[in-house]
Amino acid sequence: MAITVSRPKLNWRERAYLPAILSGMAITIKHFRNMLFGRTKVTMQYPEEKWDNQMPEHYRGAPALVRDDTGRVRCVACQLCEFICPPRAIKIIPGEFAAGDRFAKVEKFPQEFDIDMIRCIYCGLCEEVCPEQAIYLRKDYAITGFTRADMVHNKEKLLEIGGVMHGVVLKWNEKK
Amino acid sequence: MDYFYLTTSLVKIVALLAVVLGIMNYTVYAERRISALIQDRLGPNRVGPFGLFQPIADAAKFLLKEDFTPGHVNKFYYWLAPCLAMIPAITTLAVVPFGSSLFGVPMVIADINVGVLFVFAIASLGVYGIVIAGWSSNSKYPFLGGVRSSSQMISYELSLGLAVIPVFLLIGQLRLTEVVSYQIEHGWMIAPFVGDWTNLRKWLLAIPMLISFVVFTIAIFAETNRLPFDLPEAETELVGGYHTEYGSMKFGLFFLGEYVAMITGSAIIVTLFLGGWHFPGIPDGSQGWSWGLVNIFVFFSKVAVLLFVFIWVRWTLPRFRYDQLMRLGWVFFFEIALVNIFIAAIILAYFPA
Amino acid sequence: MSDQVSAPPQMVNVQINGVWHEFPKGTRVIEACEKAGSYVPRYCYHKKLSSPGNCRMCLIEMGLPKMGPDRKPELGPDGKPLINWMPRPQISCAQDVSEGMGVRTDSPLAVECRKGVMEFLLINHPLDCPICDQAGECRLQEFSVEYGSAESRFLENKVKKPKNIELGPRVTLDDERCILCSRCIRFCQEVAQDDVLGFVDRGSHSVLTAHPGKRLENNYSLNTVDICPVGALTSSDFRFQMRVWFLKETKSFCTSCATGCNTIIGTREDVIYRQTPRENDAVNSCWMCDYGRLNFGYLQSEKRLLQPEILSGDKLIPAEWSVAITHAAVQLKHFSGWEIAILASGRMTNEELWLTSQLAKTLGVESIDIVPRHGPADNILLSADRNPNTNGARLLGVTSQPGARLPEIVQGVASGRIKALVALGENPIEIGLTVAQITALPAFIAMNILANDSTPAATALLPSFGFAEKRGSMINGKGRLQRLNRAVRGPGQARDDWEILRDLIQACSGRNGIYSIEDVFRQMSESVPQFAGLSLSKIGDLGVQILENAGSPA
Repeated sequence: MAITVSRPKLNWRERAYLPAILSGMAITIKHFRNMLFGRTKVTMQYPEEKWDNQMPEHYRGAPALVRDDTGRVRCVACQLCEFICPPRAIKIIPGEFAAGDRFAKVEKFPQEFDIDMIRCIYCGLCEEVCPEQAIYLRKDYAITGFTRADMVHNKEKLLEIGGVMHGVVLKWNEKK
Repeated sequence: MDYFYLTTSLVKIVALLAVVLGIMNYTVYAERRISALIQDRLGPNRVGPFGLFQPIADAAKFLLKEDFTPGHVNKFYYWLAPCLAMIPAITTLAVVPFGSSLFGVPMVIADINVGVLFVFAIASLGVYGIVIAGWSSNSKYPFLGGVRSSSQMISYELSLGLAVIPVFLLIGQLRLTEVVSYQIEHGWMIAPFVGDWTNLRKWLLAIPMLISFVVFTIAIFAETNRLPFDLPEAETELVGGYHTEYGSMKFGLFFLGEYVAMITGSAIIVTLFLGGWHFPGIPDGSQGWSWGLVNIFVFFSKVAVLLFVFIWVRWTLPRFRYDQLMRLGWVFFFEIALVNIFIAAIILAYFPA
Repeated sequence: MSDQVSAPPQMVNVQINGVWHEFPKGTRVIEACEKAGSYVPRYCYHKKLSSPGNCRMCLIEMGLPKMGPDRKPELGPDGKPLINWMPRPQISCAQDVSEGMGVRTDSPLAVECRKGVMEFLLINHPLDCPICDQAGECRLQEFSVEYGSAESRFLENKVKKPKNIELGPRVTLDDERCILCSRCIRFCQEVAQDDVLGFVDRGSHSVLTAHPGKRLENNYSLNTVDICPVGALTSSDFRFQMRVWFLKETKSFCTSCATGCNTIIGTREDVIYRQTPRENDAVNSCWMCDYGRLNFGYLQSEKRLLQPEILSGDKLIPAEWSVAITHAAVQLKHFSGWEIAILASGRMTNEELWLTSQLAKTLGVESIDIVPRHGPADNILLSADRNPNTNGARLLGVTSQPGARLPEIVQGVASGRIKALVALGENPIEIGLTVAQITALPAFIAMNILANDSTPAATALLPSFGFAEKRGSMINGKGRLQRLNRAVRGPGQARDDWEILRDLIQACSGRNGIYSIEDVFRQMSESVPQFAGLSLSKIGDLGVQILENAGSPA
C-alpha cells in the first residue's frame, strides 16, 4: 500500500523561499569566514604533516610476509590468501623444500609470492584467512612506483616490509 | 580620426580580452578556493603561493590532454559547439562601458545606441552552443542536457528582457553609456540614497528597480547555467549533460565559457543597476588618467563582488527540479516582470520629472 | 545391450528415519540411506570395492521387524511393521537391506557415535591442512566439519610415522595422514590385480606400506590417490602444484586409447594441472590408467606450433591464417585428385574426420587413410588400439581397414605419382617416408599440434588444437559416442582443427554454410545414419551407444 506523505502547509513567507535562501547563505558565509580567518582547522597538510605516530593498532596498510624467531618464512604456500583475495592481487607459486633442508619437515614454501599493490584493496582478508600467521597488514600506506611492475611486491619486498614476527605459534617445531 | 579610432579600439579589445580572460581563469581558482572554504576544506594551495598558479596548471592540463573526437558524433557541429559557447559571451562585452575615459578615449569598445538589444541578441546565441553540443554528440545524456538548456534559456530570456524595460522607461535610451551617466547623475538604480536622496520620485521608482534587479539577477543565473539552475549539465542526473562527450580543450571552452558568461552577466548587472564604473566621490577620467584607471578598477571590483555572490549561491543552494524551474520562470518571474513594467510606467506617468 | 531386460528385482520395504522406502533386494544399507536422502559418512566403503567395515564412520541405528508369536511381523497403527531396534549401533556398509528393516541415521546415538569416531581418527592425524594437497577435497576435513566437534581434547604427543615416501614412481605416501581405511589395499587387490600394499605394525603404530622389495608401480596406481579419503596418498605429478579449489573442472574423456575413459580435466588459467577419472559404468567404472591420466603434458610442451607458416623461397615464414589457408588451397587445386594423398589421424574427432572426408571428396582424393597405433593391452581398461577414434574413422569412410592404404601412399610418394601430401595430425615419417622424400614433394600441408621431424619440410604449416582445447565427439572401441569439452584455450595463434578444415574446403570449393561445430555435426547426422537424431548436446556427459557390434579392433 502506498504511503501518502502529508506535505506541510507553508505560509506565504515560507513559500517565497527568500528568507530560507538568505539564512542558507548566512550559514555558508559563516563557514567561509571561519575558514578564512583560520578559526576552523580540519584538513591535515599531508606530506608535511603526517599521522604516522598516531596510527591505530589495527591500521591496515600494505600486506607483508613475516619470518618467525627461527628465521623461517612462515608462509607454507597454502594459497588460501590467493583464494580469498577479493581483487585477486595475490599470486603464489609453491615450491617444495629439498630433502636435507633445515625446514624440510614443513615440506612446502612459496617459491614466488607476488602481491599486485595496484590491485590490493587493503581489506585484510589475507591476514584473517592465513592459517599460519604468515601474512600481516603492516602500517606502510604510501606504496608508490613508476611502472606497473614496480607496484608488484615480490617475496623479497614483502619480507622486507614484514620483518620478524615474535610471539607467534611455532607449530612446525613441535609435533603437530 | 579613423586611424585613431581604429588603433584605440584595437588596444581596448586586446586589453579587455586579456583582463577578462585573466579574471576568468582566476574565477575558476576563486570558485575552487571559496567552495573549499565554505565546505571547511582548503582547496588548491599547492601550485605557487596560495595555489595562485593553479589556473596555469589547469590550462596546461587542458591543452596537453589528448584531443579526442568520439567516432559516433557529427564532426562539424561537434567542433563548432564549443566555439559557439565561448564567442557570444565574449562578444557581448563589446558594448559594456567598463570605465569612464582614459586620455579622452571612452572606455567602451562599441558605444552603440542599441546596446541592450545587442546584448540580448548576442547572448541568446549562447544557447546554440549548448543545444548543438547536445545534439551533435549523438548520445543520450548530452541530448537531454541540450534540450533542457534550450527550454530553460528561452523561458528565462523572457523575464530577462522584461526586467530591464523599467530601466529604459526611466532613461529613454538603450545606449549603455547613457544608463551609466544617468546613474551618475541620479544615483544607482537600486540605491536611491546616493545623490539627491530627498526626491520622492526616486524612492518610489526604487521599488520597481529593486524588483527588476532581483528578477534580472536570477535570470542571469539561469542564463549562465549556474546553480541552482544548472540542469543542462546536472552531473548527478546527466553525467555531464551537454559536454559529456567532450574532453581536452573543447571541454575547456565550455567550462571557461560558463565563467566568461558569468563575468559578462555580472558586468551587465553592474552597468544597469549598480552604477557601472561610478562610485560616489570618485571623479571620472576627465580629471586625470589615474582617475580613469580607478574607475576601471571600481567597475571590475563590482564585477568581482557579483562573481563572489555567484559562487556563494552555487555552494549554498541545491538544484531545482525541472518542473520547479519551469514554474518559477513562467508563473512567477514572467508575471512579476510584467507587472513591474506597469508599476514603473504608472510611477513615471504620475510623477514626471 | 541396454535392451537385455532381466527379471525385475525383488523389492523390500525399509524404514529410513521414520519414512518407508522401497529398494531392490541386495542394496547396501549405506546406499539405501543415500538414495533416501540421508548421506551416511564413510571412509573405508567404496561402492566399487569390497566392504571391510574397518573405519566405523558409517555407524547407524538399525532394527528388524518385531515378530509376534506367530512369526509374523507385528503391525503398528499405520499398518506398517513395528521395529525392534538393536541396542548397539551397526555399520551400514556391510549390511544389505531386508524386508521391514528400520534405519536411523540421525538419532542421538548415531550422531554421538560419529562424533566419537571422528575424534579417534583425529588423534594421530596431523593438522597440516595448509600444506596438504587433499585439503579442499578431503573427507576428513568435510566430515570433521559436519559430524565432528570443534575442539580437540587430546593433549599427548602424536605418533610419528614415515613421511614423504615414494611408494612408486607416481605415488607419494605420508603415513601420518593415513587413517587406515584400506581402500588402496583393496583397490590393488581387487581392481589392479597387483597386491603390493598392506598394513604393518599394530595399534596406533599401524602404517601403510608396500610389500618389501616391491613398489606400487602398476599402471593403475594413481587411482589409489583418487580414492584415498585423506592426503596420505598423493600424486607425485600433481603434488604441491596447485590447490584443488582453484581448478576449473571440465568433463571430458581420455584420448590415449580406444577405451575413452571418462575424465575430469582440472585447469586453472589455461593450464592443465591434472586429469581424474569420472564415473561411467558403461566405460571405465571409476578408474583410469596412469598412462592416459598423465598424457596431457604435451599440450603445454615447448614444441607446440603457435603460428601458421608458409614456404616462401626455401624458408618457412609466419603468415596470417587467411594467407596460409589460401596458400594451401592453391597448392592443392594445382594437382588432380590422384596426385594427392591425405594422411588423416585416428586421434581426430568425428567432426574433423567428416570434414576430412568432405575435403577428399572435393579434391577427388582416393589415397586417404589413418595411421594405426597399437600397444599392449591389459585386461582392465587399456586397449590395444591406441587411437581413440578408429571406429569414427571407419564409420565416416576415412578408412576401411586402418593402415591398409599406407603402403600405397608410401609407394606413390616414392614413385613420384603423389605430388601433394596432406598430413592431419600425423607425422609421415612414422609411416616410412624419409625427410628427403617429403622435402622433395611439391606440396606438403601439415596440420599438427607439435613440431616433429617432418614439419620443417612443410609448404604450409597449420597449428591446431589438442584434445583439451576443442569440442567434438569420438566413438570408442566399444562403439560409444562420447563428447570432448573445451577445458583450456589453445595457445598462440593455433586454431580449432575443424575450423582449419572448413576454411580449407571453402578455399577449395566455396561456401558450405558451416559456421559452428554444431553445424558440422548436423551435416554429419544428416548423411550418416548412426548419427541420426543426435547433436553434440544430446550426447550428454556419459555418451551414447551408437555401434552395436563393434568389438575392440585388433
